Amino acid sequence: MISANLLAIFYLISGILFILALRGLSSPETSRQGNLFGIIGMAIAITVTFLSIDNFSSGFLYVLLFLLIGGSIGAFIAFKIPMTAMPELVAGFHSLVGLAAVFVAISAFISPEVFNLGSSGNIKLASLIEMSIGAAIGAITFSGSIIAFLKLRGLMSGSPITFPGQHILNLLILISIIILTYFLCLNQSPNFFWSLIAISFLVGFLLIIPIGGADMPVVISMLNSYSGWAAAGIGFTLENTALIITGALVGSSGAILSYIMCKGMNRSFFNVILGGFGGTDQTSNNRSKEQKPVKSGNADDAAFLMKNASSVIIVPGYGMAVAQAQHALREMVDSLKKNGVKVSYAIHPVAGRMPGHMNVLLAEANVPYDEVFELEEINNDFANCDVAYVIGANDVTNPVAKTDPQSPIYGMPVLDVEKSKSVLFVKRSLSPGYAGIDNDLFYRDNTLMLFADAKKMTEDIIKNL
Amino acid sequence: MEIDPFIFRLSIFILSIFVGYYVVWSVTPSLHTPLMSVTNAISSVIIVGAIIASLAGTNLSVFNKSSIFGFLAIILAAINIFGGFLVTQRMLAMYKKKKKDKK
Repeated sequence: MISANLLAIFYLISGILFILALRGLSSPETSRQGNLFGIIGMAIAITVTFLSIDNFSSGFLYVLLFLLIGGSIGAFIAFKIPMTAMPELVAGFHSLVGLAAVFVAISAFISPEVFNLGSSGNIKLASLIEMSIGAAIGAITFSGSIIAFLKLRGLMSGSPITFPGQHILNLLILISIIILTYFLCLNQSPNFFWSLIAISFLVGFLLIIPIGGADMPVVISMLNSYSGWAAAGIGFTLENTALIITGALVGSSGAILSYIMCKGMNRSFFNVILGGFGGTDQTSNNRSKEQKPVKSGNADDAAFLMKNASSVIIVPGYGMAVAQAQHALREMVDSLKKNGVKVSYAIHPVAGRMPGHMNVLLAEANVPYDEVFELEEINNDFANCDVAYVIGANDVTNPVAKTDPQSPIYGMPVLDVEKSKSVLFVKRSLSPGYAGIDNDLFYRDNTLMLFADAKKMTEDIIKNL
Repeated sequence: MEIDPFIFRLSIFILSIFVGYYVVWSVTPSLHTPLMSVTNAISSVIIVGAIIASLAGTNLSVFNKSSIFGFLAIILAAINIFGGFLVTQRMLAMYKKKKKDKK
């Protein structure tokens, strides 16, 4: 057994290694090393925890056994999961962190003496508050992530589910959580503890159901943040530095990502959380949907345009992920490059269903990351580019965001695709995107609509190149 | 007068939030998905608490009410640790620079 002080120093070291793991992600070159730091940090934390146990009961064998079972399941998932399923995988993982936090809190509540928190029914007040916070946030993370997972996986409709009085109900429940925590601290009755957890599960559920599919980048980031705060809450209970540092890191990381995603949509965090966005403006829109002329083309036209271009910018969106078109896209770009065309990729911050979703898919298809650019880096280049190839993106290219103050997406940063000499827009139909508004771009003179599945169209273009 | 140890932990917590803030802003947007999966993996350091909880039993009865929750938490956290780090590794391995000499 090692001393408590030494133990605390090792936990601090693993906390620092976790910071370095995140630091490594500042560039792809250092990122792999960063991940290694993270793994070492985790190994240290687990090893010293084992060393701190003074009496090795036979329970220790079960610890190793369950560690192995969980590890094998995790490794299996990690190797099997397709890159397109990354958003739901991350949502699923968040739910596990949340549930683990709840379980640890329950265990600490039942046997506080194991954690040096006093005795059952007589837990230190501070610890009780900390574990209630950890358990409540953990439970919210768990049920919220489950809903996010179901929506992303398509097992549940991605459209927002709203009902009257929703916000008032949520508010009442949140107040009741605070009241329950208060009474729990007063008499430490297990009934209050269990109700607290049950109600927190309900909150997570109610919080996520009104949020629609394309707002998922914000939801996932938010749940990421919550899982961090839950871990920090448990860290305070267990007086564990590694957990406190990690919880704070993860919490702020998720919060920053949520902020970046909200900014990418020009919407406030509360606007996203209150939900119900998208689809609501359908009625007002139908009115203006008089028959406007649309130019549509086929793969042959598209191939001709791109072959003779000197520069092409690809704008991928969620549709590319759905159609699994990234590999075909990369092949198309390869043939274009052979024809001497300069190709780059433009990624909108909220393209896809999670932060960085498109970048991972392009990386999977072996697209070098120095050909992939963020909105601010590339937006000025559209004016000098011959062809913009929009594949699976819609709202993020809508010029209405710059011109019409009435539009729900007004003020959202958009890619200036319309400035390029011609726009090729791969889409299955003229239907509006997530925001429920018509895209002006469809009716521009320099736009050629390619009505087809993203993957099929891209493959057809390759044949014609 | 003595400072409550809680205040020290709170200081660590708040300083870590600041560290996290600056470190995460320096993460390149193209690596935001690996950032999520790796934060997910490291937040599973909660397994430390799960291990302590799972040893709440005695030699006679390894499984009691609180150790069972500990064991369950170990499984969940272990899935996350291995799954999170490995999937991050897999993703990061795909990020390649343009190779000029090839082709």
